[in-house]
Amino acid sequence: MGPELNVWITSVLLGIGSLFMLLAAVGLLRLPDLFMRMQAATKSSTLGIACMLLAVAVHFGQLGITTLALLIIAFFFLTAPVATHMVARAAYLVGVPLWQGTVMDDLRGCYDVETHALASRPLESPQHPETAASDESGASC
Amino acid sequence: MMLAEPLATMVTVTLIVLSVAMLLTFVRLVLGPSLPDRVIALDIMATQAVGIIAVYDIATHEPIFLRVATVVALITFLGTVAFAHYVERRGSQWGPN
Repeated sequence: MGPELNVWITSVLLGIGSLFMLLAAVGLLRLPDLFMRMQAATKSSTLGIACMLLAVAVHFGQLGITTLALLIIAFFFLTAPVATHMVARAAYLVGVPLWQGTVMDDLRGCYDVETHALASRPLESPQHPETAASDESGASC
Repeated sequence: MMLAEPLATMVTVTLIVLSVAMLLTFVRLVLGPSLPDRVIALDIMATQAVGIIAVYDIATHEPIFLRVATVVALITFLGTVAFAHYVERRGSQWGPN
């Protein structure tokens, strides 16, 4: 008689989880600019950690541990997008450069450089020290 | 307690893969080039630490470490939000470097 079913499920979940964690690290290392790195790293590492905590829940099979594991998963799914969005907003506001192959920047000129308030269409005066220099076309937001 | 066979191998493989992932993330933490890059790298490293704690739970059959994972996840979120706040407040002098 081979191993039981929950052993197989735990093994598969651990494998998927570690694969996604490795993918996040490779994306963080290889992609060309901050915003792409952020996007690759946060989404796949959230999925990876969820698989690993589910593996813990399946392995122990007790109510308290399953509850705690699901709690941590819910916490990650709630906080990872919030934290990443805050870092991305701060990075865009301080002028971290985009990749030179970027074809579109919807936010260009939409942030007030003094108050950091977001407008729904481009402001009249030059706003961003980094983007205002190259913003000759008066493009729409 | 001994683990059943496919699981024992998988725990070892997972620990190795997570260590490699942490090493790659550490390279990004050292290289930068901007401060938000390093913040994100630290965030991902903490997520990988939670993963290692989860695998260690299974390896030692000791679920008490899951509480540690909870605390690590909480503290990391607070740290990242605080970093984002200060990056935004310091302005563009912190931008590319």
